[in-house]
Amino acid sequence: MTEGVKMNEVIQYAEIDSELIPILDEVADPEIPVLTILDMGVVRYAKLIDDNKVYIKITPTYSGCPAMDVIEEDINKAFKKAGFEVQVDLVLTPAWTTDWISEEGREALEKYGIAPPLDAHADKEALLGNKRIVKCTLCGSQNTKLVSQFGSTACKALFKCEDCQEPFDYFKCLK
Amino acid sequence: MSKHLYNYILGIADNNLILGQRLGELCGHGATLETDIAITNISLDLLGQVRSFYQYAAQIADDGRSEDDIAMLRPEREYLNVLLVEQPNTDFGYVLARQFLFDAYHYLFLRELQSSKDETLVAIAKKSIKEVSYHLRFSSDWIKRLGDGTEESHERIQNAIDDLWTFTDELFHQTKADKAMIEEGIGVNNLKLKEIYYSNVSEVLKEATLVVPESKYFQKGGKEGIHTEHMGYILAELQYMQRTYPNMTW
Repeated sequence: MTEGVKMNEVIQYAEIDSELIPILDEVADPEIPVLTILDMGVVRYAKLIDDNKVYIKITPTYSGCPAMDVIEEDINKAFKKAGFEVQVDLVLTPAWTTDWISEEGREALEKYGIAPPLDAHADKEALLGNKRIVKCTLCGSQNTKLVSQFGSTACKALFKCEDCQEPFDYFKCLK
Repeated sequence: MSKHLYNYILGIADNNLILGQRLGELCGHGATLETDIAITNISLDLLGQVRSFYQYAAQIADDGRSEDDIAMLRPEREYLNVLLVEQPNTDFGYVLARQFLFDAYHYLFLRELQSSKDETLVAIAKKSIKEVSYHLRFSSDWIKRLGDGTEESHERIQNAIDDLWTFTDELFHQTKADKAMIEEGIGVNNLKLKEIYYSNVSEVLKEATLVVPESKYFQKGGKEGIHTEHMGYILAELQYMQRTYPNMTW
């Protein structure tokens, strides 16, 4: 677990020093390895506070996400390799939203076989089965149906394509 | 330390912990693969949220105990969860009825907790409510599917709702900690949620072609630490490792 948990701290926008981006970009999401933690939007703050000391704040996607501890370890490793000392804190506010997934991240998700999140309204329509709007990641058909609102990880729902018959994951919209 | 705030946080957290533990029992034993995964996902969300609450409780207690110590090492009488969440997984109907009756409350509670004067509770509430709205959607959906399903599923979900109904009133019980925290603008005035709770629940039950129980006989005690006979068994399993091998770490 992170050393200092600053649960009531408010960080509205991610503040990340540009020189740290290449290092953070090496850290992949352990459950969706095609995304970096920057693509996921879980890094909310990354600053050089001394010549070789870095301070980072991350936020969880879901409260029980088991990836957070791994992400923290991976950040530690990446910065140590680059010759920095690093402190990582976990923040809860503002709560993570799927809006923070980058455009590159969305494309990578789709290529990887996970349909990227729709907006909140469309998400509800799709999950309640009112509209067929989640595209199959394999054949592109919109003739898909929800199998389960809860999928292989906390952030995904399970869909099935009625045309190619293949199951696929959908990244649930979280607002 | 504020004893009232500490107990207030435990009251919220213990609901999550005990329900999370109950749902965890179903891991690998769900009715179907999809519901198995859903139920364990819900359990994971609840246990994730609970870490934030226990970490905060540990900060407030400031007596050297960690979040794990608080979660795992209290005797039964110090657990402050409502009786509803400790009820057993009798069958799929009971699992879903318990979930639905709790989610409907949990959602309303977190919605109000977002305007607490305590910033940490606000932060946890804002994070948790996003997850809990998915839980409520899932359990409401299943109440309708089972109620409006076959004769068998209808009968069993109705039985479960009738049986568990007796535990719903306790959700609105106010302990000393509740009252003190409401006064300070930190706690949620749960009594004010009662009307909307029963109206929301009734709406789903009616849509599910189920009868809204009329029983006015209610049981309470959990929020004061007096539990049903099931609680000891839950704790025996939950605390087994730490009791058998004290201070063991992962």
